[in-house]
Amino acid sequence: MTAGSPLPEPGAPLGHYVSTKPFDARSIEQLTPAQEKVYLASQWRLSWWKFKRHKVAVVCGVFLLAVYVSILICEFLAPFALDTRHKRYIFAPPQSIHLFHDGKFVGPFIYGVKLKVNLENMQRLYPTDTRKIYPIKFFCKGDKYKFWGLFKADRHLFCAQRKAPMFLLGTDRLGRDVLSRIIYGARISMTVGLIGVALSFSLGIVIGGIAGYYGGLTDMVVQRMIEVLQSLPAIPLWLALAAIMPVTWSPITIYFAITLILGLLDWTGLARAVRSKLLALREEDYVTAAQLMGAKTSRIIGRHLVPGFMSHLIATATISIPTMILGETALSFLGLGLRPPITSWGVLLAEAQNINVVALYPWLMLPVVPVILVILAYNFLGDGLRDAADPYK
Amino acid sequence: MLGYIIRRILVMIPTLLVISALVFAIIELPPGDYFESHINELKAQGEDVDLKRIEYLRAEYGFDKPLIERYFYWVVGMLHGDFGYSFEFELPVSEVVGDRIWLTILLSFVTIIFTWIVAFPIGIYSATHQYSWGDYGLTFLGLLGLATPNFLLALIFLYFANIWFGTSIGGLMDGEFINQPMSWAKFKSVLEHLWVPVLIIGTAGTAAMIRRLRANLLDELQKQYVITAKAKGLAPFKALVKYPLRMALNFFIADIGGILPAIISGAEVVAIVMSLETTGPLLINALQSQDMYLAGSFLMFLATLTVIGVLVSDIALAVLDPRIRLQGGSTK
Repeated sequence: MTAGSPLPEPGAPLGHYVSTKPFDARSIEQLTPAQEKVYLASQWRLSWWKFKRHKVAVVCGVFLLAVYVSILICEFLAPFALDTRHKRYIFAPPQSIHLFHDGKFVGPFIYGVKLKVNLENMQRLYPTDTRKIYPIKFFCKGDKYKFWGLFKADRHLFCAQRKAPMFLLGTDRLGRDVLSRIIYGARISMTVGLIGVALSFSLGIVIGGIAGYYGGLTDMVVQRMIEVLQSLPAIPLWLALAAIMPVTWSPITIYFAITLILGLLDWTGLARAVRSKLLALREEDYVTAAQLMGAKTSRIIGRHLVPGFMSHLIATATISIPTMILGETALSFLGLGLRPPITSWGVLLAEAQNINVVALYPWLMLPVVPVILVILAYNFLGDGLRDAADPYK
Repeated sequence: MLGYIIRRILVMIPTLLVISALVFAIIELPPGDYFESHINELKAQGEDVDLKRIEYLRAEYGFDKPLIERYFYWVVGMLHGDFGYSFEFELPVSEVVGDRIWLTILLSFVTIIFTWIVAFPIGIYSATHQYSWGDYGLTFLGLLGLATPNFLLALIFLYFANIWFGTSIGGLMDGEFINQPMSWAKFKSVLEHLWVPVLIIGTAGTAAMIRRLRANLLDELQKQYVITAKAKGLAPFKALVKYPLRMALNFFIADIGGILPAIISGAEVVAIVMSLETTGPLLINALQSQDMYLAGSFLMFLATLTVIGVLVSDIALAVLDPRIRLQGGSTK
């Protein structure tokens, strides 16, 4: 040993202090509480964090939630009942809300309208009478209804005076308020998709799961079946299935039959997703580990595999809801789906099928707006969910 | 290559068989048949019912035979070009359908070409200018196109055509050419009317295609060989067109199989709204009056059209991509 060596002579006391306490290796890589939260977070929590960053998707989710809440209280939100007819206001155009009258602020009000018939072409005209103003009232008494079928009520969020009913989106051929009907129509249109997706979801998981789990011949048969179903043009098939429903069925039966039809042809996408995910995840190390530790197949699928792709499935399902809403709208629009007295957006649009109606009373096309908004919202929400479904990416 | 095409065509046969069974099941599902509703209708109008003739028709079309046998007759008949008999029109189906089938094919074909022509440059622009204003704007426009159902778009078009031009844009040709034999003037008239439905039906497919082309091209552009090519000083245009675009083109062609059913679906509904002289309005009419052979033939025809379309796109894909024709499968 030369004098320059960093090591001490054997047996000589060390130049530095060594603690005799037991050494905890983890103490070096101690996580801060914030880090720990991230590292130990469950997949659902991670997905939620990722989803929250997708601002557009969050806004769309809130919007859809608001629409679903409005279904629960649509009697209260709508200014009129579903079938209230105003005989003096047939095909009345939409009225606009004003805030100022003669340069003075009076709060939200509408001007009165009066029916005048143009005797030359028998056209109904509704000229505005700017002399009379009718302030809009809130939480006022209006048409009576039975809230949730339980108790009687007659309060509405807003309405105008009895003398001058207010039609913000105009009226239809029977003098029924289009806005109220759109609000009521959401009940059917928004739930058709949910029930249909629930059906296609269960079908997709079962069939796709069987195909992915058993593989081999079963897998091949299911795959061919999916290919055949996907190569069929959906709407003509829906039309055919809808056309064979007996006319004698009650509206509610028809409603469920329509959701059944929509769900029965839509499971293919989900089944494919389940199958491919199952096949991919089956090869993961943690599945092998579980198998080696003696876990049963049912436990591996239920505890380890399904949670792994559940978020994907939810995202896929969300994206297929708009297809169903559109399907119902198209079927009802063509007169093969739901029929009055059931009111959905498609049923409302069926009134605007005729080009003459569209030209004379364009406000009957307004149910298009909620359809487009809801479908856009579902698409954005689905995009956000799909991104969030894989938080490790 | 020839082997691949033959194999691909052979796969089509069981597919079409399954579809025909499905379609037959659908047209057999409703209780009763056309004759029953027809007899009831005649009785309700107080007219004499020629039961003999109806019995004859029943026997002629095998309505007294078991289901399987009828299915067999139907399929064999179709193979011979006999699509059955339309009870409502009292004509063979093939005569009722006439040139509507050709118009449907023309409409679908032109729509696909339109989809390609529009989606291709926009998709490339969106991918190469990712997160630019142009990209955002086009993406939003695409989503709007995806979200607006075809038939509603048709309604909106009808409305604006009416207020702006004061004309109706319905129909596929001028009134005087309907039921006329094909002529140069008729063809020109069809071409003049065609662009509106093509535009309407094409929007959803175009939007979907733009989104997928953009995603695929973006994936490809982020790969290392592109970075290497750029680092070595390859001109940007060449670094885009030479390999990444060709790779993304595969998806583009394969996509036809995906959007064709949607285009045909959309074409049917739009045809009903705009009263085009294609199969759509006849199909819905046949479905409503339980004229089941007519409806069944239409469904079968539409399904066959999609299956053939997918076949063509698969063959085109095989021509483009040697991996497919050698493996006999599709690329991942």
